Amino acid sequence: MLADALLLQLGYNATLVAIGACLLGIASGVAGTFLFLRKRALVSDAISHATLPGVGLAFVIMVAMGGEGRSLLGLLLGAGVSAAIGLLCVQWLTRRTRLGEDAAIGAVLSVFFGFGVVMLTVIQTMNAGRQAGLESFLLGSTAGMLRGDAILLAASAAAVLALVLILRRPLALAAFDPGYAEATGWSLPRIDLAMMGIVLVVTVVGLKVVGLILIVALLIVPAVTARFWTERADHVVIIAGIVGGLSGFVGAAVSATAPALPTGPIVVLVGFGIFLFSLLFSPRRGVLASVLTHLRYQRRVHVRQGLLALAQGQPIYETLTQRLLTRAGLILPDGVPTAEGQAAASKALLDETRWAIVRGDQAYALAATRYDGLTPIETVLTPDQLIEIDTKISAPEVVA
Amino acid sequence: MNLTLVTDRDTDQAVRAASPLAVRGMTVSYGQTPAIFSVDMTLRAGAMTAIVGPNGAGKSTLLKAALGVITPLAGSVTVFGGTMADMRDRIAYVPQRASVDWDFPVRVIDVVMMGMYRQLGLLGRVRGRHRALARDCLDRVGMADFAHRQIGQLSGGQQQRVFLARALAQEADIYVLDEPFAGVDAATEKAIVAVLQGLRDAGKTVLAVHHDLATVPDYFDDVVLLNTQVVAAGPVADTFTEDNLNAAYGGRLTTARADPESVAG
Ligand SMILES: Nc1ncnc2c1ncn2[C@@H]1O[C@H](COP(=O)(O)OP(=O)(O)O)[C@@H](O)[C@H]1O
Ligand SMILES: [Mg+2]
Repeated sequence: MLADALLLQLGYNATLVAIGACLLGIASGVAGTFLFLRKRALVSDAISHATLPGVGLAFVIMVAMGGEGRSLLGLLLGAGVSAAIGLLCVQWLTRRTRLGEDAAIGAVLSVFFGFGVVMLTVIQTMNAGRQAGLESFLLGSTAGMLRGDAILLAASAAAVLALVLILRRPLALAAFDPGYAEATGWSLPRIDLAMMGIVLVVTVVGLKVVGLILIVALLIVPAVTARFWTERADHVVIIAGIVGGLSGFVGAAVSATAPALPTGPIVVLVGFGIFLFSLLFSPRRGVLASVLTHLRYQRRVHVRQGLLALAQGQPIYETLTQRLLTRAGLILPDGVPTAEGQAAASKALLDETRWAIVRGDQAYALAATRYDGLTPIETVLTPDQLIEIDTKISAPEVVA
Repeated sequence: MNLTLVTDRDTDQAVRAASPLAVRGMTVSYGQTPAIFSVDMTLRAGAMTAIVGPNGAGKSTLLKAALGVITPLAGSVTVFGGTMADMRDRIAYVPQRASVDWDFPVRVIDVVMMGMYRQLGLLGRVRGRHRALARDCLDRVGMADFAHRQIGQLSGGQQQRVFLARALAQEADIYVLDEPFAGVDAATEKAIVAVLQGLRDAGKTVLAVHHDLATVPDYFDDVVLLNTQVVAAGPVADTFTEDNLNAAYGGRLTTARADPESVAG
C-alpha cells in the first residue's frame, strides 16, 4: 500500500496531492533557509497566523459581491494582504518602539489570529455563501485538491527558486554579517523585505496543504535539518530543498494510504523524522558524534595525565586512568610502567617542557594558541624550531 | 589631516576634493544625547590614520556614519570629492569582530569571496580570476592553508585576518577598520600591521579605530583624538601629546595608560 502510494499508484487525487506537497516542501525548505540563517524563524509564525483575518474578510467581500465565497484565488489574495499587513506591523513595532522582535511577533500573532477566529465564527452563523471548509485553512486539507491548485503550487515553487537564486548573495551576506552588507552598499531593509516576501508567498500557497498552524514547521525544519550535514550556506539551501521535498512527497503518500490520515500533519511528522535522524547521527554536529568525541577526548586527557604522572614518578589514583594505561600496554596491572610506557612518559614530559618554552616566548605566540595539553608539539612546529627550542631546555634529564 | 578651521567654502571644496574621505559637521544620536557631535575629519591620501578615544567615545559610530551604515542627524561625507553613493567601490571595511554570527555555515574562502559580491552583482559569474584573487588575499594575510575551514573554527586572530583578506578582495583605495587588533595574538597584530603598511606604501589610505595608546606612534601617521567631539587631529608628532590625551580621556588617562584593555570599546 505504501509502496503503491510512493510510486503514485493510488489514483489521480493522491498523485496530485503528492506532487503538490513535494513542490511546496521544496519551496518552503529553500525559502525558510535564509529566515533560519538570519535568526528570524519566528517571523514566519507571525506571517502565517496573520493570514487568517484576510481569509475571513475575503470571504465576506466575495459573498457581499454576490458570489459563493469559495474562490481559492480570492481567499489566498486576502490571506496574502493581511499577512503583509501583519509583517509590516512586526517591522514597525520593532523599529519604532522599544519592543523587541519577540514581543512584536507575539503581539501581532495573537491579535491577528484572534481576530481571524472571531471572523470565522461570525461567518459560520451568517448563513450566507458556502462557508464550510474555511476552517481547513487552520490545519490544511488536501481532499478536494484540484489540478489548478497543483499548478499554482508549481508556479510559486518556480518563482521562489528563481528569486532565491537571484538574491542568494545579498541574502547570505545579510544573514552572516549585516553591518558589512550595509557598508558595502546593500540595503538591509530591502534584502529583508525580499526575504519576507518570498516567505509570504510560500506561506500563502501552502495554507491549503498544511494549514497556517503547521506551515512554520515546513519552513524551518528542513533548514535546521540541513545545517547538520554541511558547513556551507549554499549547500544548506539545496539540502533544505531536498529535505522539504522529500517530507512533502513521503508525507502525502503515507497519508494517502488511509482515509483518516491528514496530509499536513503527516508531512510535518515525516520532516521531523528526518530532523531527528540528523540530530542523532550527523557525523559532525550530531548528538552521537559529540558524545563520542567527548569520550575520546576524555580518554586522551586521562592517558596524557597518567603518562605525565609516570614521568614524574607520581602515583596514579584514578581507576579510569589506570585502566586506559593498562589496556594500552603502558603499565602493568600493579602500576609499574612497561618499557613502552616509560618511553611514552618521557616523550609526554618532553612535549610539555617544549610547550612551556613556546608559551613563554612571544616569538611563538601564534603556535602557543594551539596549546591544549594534548597536541604533540611536532605537529605545530618545524624540526628546525624544535631544535632551537631544545637548546633552551635547561634540565637535560628529560631529553630522553 | 587638516586642523585649521576652514571658513572659506571654496577652499574647503578644494580640501575635500583632495581628501580620500572627508567628514563635515557629523552628528549622530541614538537617543537624546549625541554619540558624536559636529565631527570634522579629513583623511590624508596615502596615510594611516588612527581614531583614538575612551570607551563609548563614539569611534565606531563615527566609522559607521562615515560609511553611511547609520543615518546621521546632521553632517556630510565626501569620498575623493564625490558622494558616497558614487564612490562606494573605493572603500573597504573591516567591522568589529563581535558583529558576526560565528556559527554561520560559511568557509574561510567564501567569506573572502564576499568582498567581491558588490563587484559581481546579483548574477555575475564567479570566474577563475575571482577565485585566484580570493586565494591571493588569503595568502597575503598568511591564511592560505585555512581556506576550507568553517569560519567559527578559527581563533580570534585568524578570524580577524580573514576579515582583512575580505577587505583586500574589494581592491579598494580606502581601508576602514574597527579595532583590528582587539583580542588578537601578537603574531596576528604584526601580520595585520605589515599588510596595512604595505597598502599605505602602495598609496592607499588606511583609517583604523585603535585602542592601544602605546603603539599609536609606531603604527600610524595621523591621529584623531575623539571624545564625542574631536579633541585634536593631525600628524602623530604634533597631535599625540600628553595635553591632548588628557583632554580626550579626562582623568582616566593614567588607568588607560596602565591597562590598554580598559579603554577598548
Ligand atoms: N545601536 C546603539 N543603540 C544605542 N546606543 C548606542 C548604539 N551604539 C552605540 N551606542 C552608544 O553610543 C555611544 C558611542 O558608542 P560607540 O560608537 O560604540 O563608541 P566606541 O566605539 O568609541 O566605544 C556609547 O555611549 C554607546 O552606548
Ligand atoms: Mg567601538
